[in-house]
Amino acid sequence: MSESKSFEIKVSQLARVEGEGGVWVRVKNGKLDYVEVNIFEPPRFFEAFLRGRPYLEAPDITARICGICPLAYIFAACRAMEKILGIDIPEEIKILRKIAFYGEWIESHVLHFAFLHAPDFLGYHSALEMARDYPDFVRDAIAVRSWGNRAIEIIGGRAIHPIGFRVGGLYRIIRREELEPLARDYDEIRKKGEKLLEFILNLDLPDIEYDMVIMSLKGKKEYPILEGVVANNLGWEFPEDSFEDNIIVEQKKYSTGLHYRLRNGRSYITGPIARFNLNYDLLAPEVKDILEKAGYKAPLKNTYQSIVARAAENLHSIIEIGRLIEEYSEPHAPYIEAVVRAGEAAAIVEAPRGMLYHRYRIDERGRILYANIVPPTTQNYAAMEEDIFKVGDLILSGPPEKAQHIVETTIRNYDPCISCSVHAIKLRIVRE
Amino acid sequence: MSGNNKKAKLAVFKFSSCSGCQDKLIDLGENLLSLIEKVEIAYFLEASSRIDPGPYDVALIEGSVSTPHEVELVKEIRKNSRIVIAIGTCAVYGGIQSLRNWMNYQDVVKQVYPKPEWINSLEKSTPVSDHIRVDYQVSGCPVNELQLFSVLKQVLTGRRPYHRLESLCQECKRGGNVCVMVSRGIPCLGPIMVEGCGALCPSYGRGCYGCFGPMIDPKPDALARRLEEIGLPKEEVILRLRGFTGWSDPIRRFLERYERE
Repeated sequence: MSESKSFEIKVSQLARVEGEGGVWVRVKNGKLDYVEVNIFEPPRFFEAFLRGRPYLEAPDITARICGICPLAYIFAACRAMEKILGIDIPEEIKILRKIAFYGEWIESHVLHFAFLHAPDFLGYHSALEMARDYPDFVRDAIAVRSWGNRAIEIIGGRAIHPIGFRVGGLYRIIRREELEPLARDYDEIRKKGEKLLEFILNLDLPDIEYDMVIMSLKGKKEYPILEGVVANNLGWEFPEDSFEDNIIVEQKKYSTGLHYRLRNGRSYITGPIARFNLNYDLLAPEVKDILEKAGYKAPLKNTYQSIVARAAENLHSIIEIGRLIEEYSEPHAPYIEAVVRAGEAAAIVEAPRGMLYHRYRIDERGRILYANIVPPTTQNYAAMEEDIFKVGDLILSGPPEKAQHIVETTIRNYDPCISCSVHAIKLRIVRE
Repeated sequence: MSGNNKKAKLAVFKFSSCSGCQDKLIDLGENLLSLIEKVEIAYFLEASSRIDPGPYDVALIEGSVSTPHEVELVKEIRKNSRIVIAIGTCAVYGGIQSLRNWMNYQDVVKQVYPKPEWINSLEKSTPVSDHIRVDYQVSGCPVNELQLFSVLKQVLTGRRPYHRLESLCQECKRGGNVCVMVSRGIPCLGPIMVEGCGALCPSYGRGCYGCFGPMIDPKPDALARRLEEIGLPKEEVILRLRGFTGWSDPIRRFLERYERE
């Protein structure tokens, strides 16, 4: 568009995201000159009221930060506490944790790519509206998501805020035959997972390419989910314990939210696209076959393609659950008991939306003295705003209504979980 | 809703919460698809970008009231809705975030935020019913989706919804669990908490931590005595009772007395 124009896009309430946020974009004389992602989700002060509570409660309490990815919080808290107490988790229990955690990836990923994000690329307001024209896609998505939820329920008791996991292991032993209902439906669910991925690969996604700094856990032999070293595409690699040394927390004047950046000042993206690009070799070969047939492989080029990473990780999760069920043998005891001692430790797990960092300090009675939690979405805010600048041409080349849609989609690319991000965000009241 | 064929307008609002209870609506899956044949989803920001300003026939509220903005918003929703249903432990009792209600608010804010003066929150996280008249409540962290679905169906067909408010112990017995407190001396809040979760924690060999909130007419004093008898120091009893639903009227009133004793 040649004539210079000025307009504003103000989305006061972002839809199809978890939690409450908005976005404000200003175009001046035909140029994008201002972007802010506002967050007005109420703060809930988890780090403050965790203090003084028994260490065993950290998983159950922090789970409530997020109703979509409670297991990520449960496992990050468990792993940090297990490091403090010197507990080594036996392989059988790790397998159960992984099956449940992959179940959560499925539950969260399908929710996002099928119900919240796909409508953007097909021109619908919601998946319920999409269901009229794409009934099979929506029904397959519901079936796969239920199976993922089932995996969490079988092991953890319920899908949202499961109660079966504890520091040291699980509250009870899960019998092999209890996993049978999952195994029975595996073939059918896997086929549906393939169909869902193929559906996403057929979407018309923007093909632009731009620079992205991505950071995630990196696996050695397996795709990272519960543990790994931290890596990015700038060649950095460091252990989870030095996470806070490698990032800076920044508060921008125009933003109500904290922004995390690398220590060199660059924004970075965490989440499925980062994991996918950094761990492509570890994805199940069957997933890679389908991707490559459709012309996709790592590295994905822009955040719109994160929907591809999500659908690919979804199928990978299904396949992994199938494999892990075969591998599982019952542990001798449901959990490892440890003598309580004072200490401090950090742990990172891969929540569906990206790296989730927990650090705790406890006293000799096991009471929590200090907690620091860095959820994935706070790490993505800086990149989200920069992304909108990167797609400036797309925004400027159409009418403002279309521009608003592009802005919203750009935010949704990140599957932001604002509820998570705001348990500790600095809320700022802008008085002009 | 009444005799005519017009679809009832349903709205879903999120307050201070984790989104888990509204996700329970999405978890209804096929049931949700059958539900939308009877209702029009007029406002459900997490699921749809279509926004109908109301008025609504039924408004579901998830989350507690914890900011000045939410105090205003909840009143608007009341004015704009025929029936208001509070869903989940946050909306019904104030939620886990009401643990801060027992602490000095200024200290709480300072512990989390370097610039506390920028925080525009209320000292206390409170239930929706502290602010407006609520027609029905379904507690749970998260709500039980079948309970929620059943309440919705009953409301939509013009009936007064009913669900049981007996103690968790009843549900635990029906589930055939061995009592964790009697047999293993594990502290359990089941005797004063409401059924609805399926007695999950005892079925995993752990004590109930009270995430669904109190039963009808609970006896927290008797439970506190019993917990002391099995060896829990008073300080621990207080920590446990505060837990997830300690801000509910009966438990709070008891704790205020018990802590002074």
